[in-house]
Amino acid sequence: MTDSKEIKVKEKQEVSAPAEQTTPGAVFTPEVDIFETEKAITLLADIPGVKPDQLNIDLRDNILTITGDVDPIAAKAGEEDVTIEYETGRFYRQFTLSEVIDQNKIDAKLADGVLRLNLPKVAKATPRKIAIKAG
Amino acid sequence: MIYRRFFGLPSWETRSPYAELERLRRQMDRLFTEWPSSYQRQAAGVFPLINLTENQDNFFIRAELPGMSSKELDIQATSNSVSIGGERKIPAESTEAKYHRREREAGKFSRIVGLPSEIDPDKVEADLVNGVLTVVVPKAQIGKPRQISVR
Repeated sequence: MTDSKEIKVKEKQEVSAPAEQTTPGAVFTPEVDIFETEKAITLLADIPGVKPDQLNIDLRDNILTITGDVDPIAAKAGEEDVTIEYETGRFYRQFTLSEVIDQNKIDAKLADGVLRLNLPKVAKATPRKIAIKAG
Repeated sequence: MIYRRFFGLPSWETRSPYAELERLRRQMDRLFTEWPSSYQRQAAGVFPLINLTENQDNFFIRAELPGMSSKELDIQATSNSVSIGGERKIPAESTEAKYHRREREAGKFSRIVGLPSEIDPDKVEADLVNGVLTVVVPKAQIGKPRQISVR
């Protein structure tokens, strides 16, 4: 369905930090896909440059927080900027989850700069089909 | 009236005139440190956005391409440019998935990056780590700066 479509250029969305930061640097909003099935909510987030140990996922009081840090580019000695079109910094985004999530079964995978977070719903929150008997 | 305005400025009485200059200087400094982020960004309007840096021997082209594998990328080099093309695919999820957000984009892209000096197209190397592409483009001998010793 997206065979012939070309990707349009999009600037990274910078956000102001939720709290005052102790380390300087820009904060960006990652692009996400969120979808839901009967059993789970799945979140996919583009966080290029974040290593697994720099990623922090936190879920408390129904608020899911994703924070990922990126090492600054061109940190190697002797590199000078010629053209800079994007900047790197921290990725940060928060979501409020309306469903009850089974915290123990949360599963996160980070591959090629994409986070895949699987949030299984608690059994009682999965909708049950209610059979209607003919009277 | 004018007389009173000029001599009634509170700052002249309480602080030395240099304090005002110092404040101005600090403001200017702040302006210049914040400046680069807005003026250096001259995006070409083509996906992906790239950062081009150089050192004495190489150019480095970096681009953020999350979710792409090296097989999906097509990188070609000529004597003064590098082209980056490919297709970003987002695999379809199960049919029963209902979307809350759909911001990630899939599609084809191609971009050509002109380099400021001659390069060695045979020795271009590319690396894709954690969704960040780094292309190392060695400068051609002719384009390299030469150390000239003064006798």
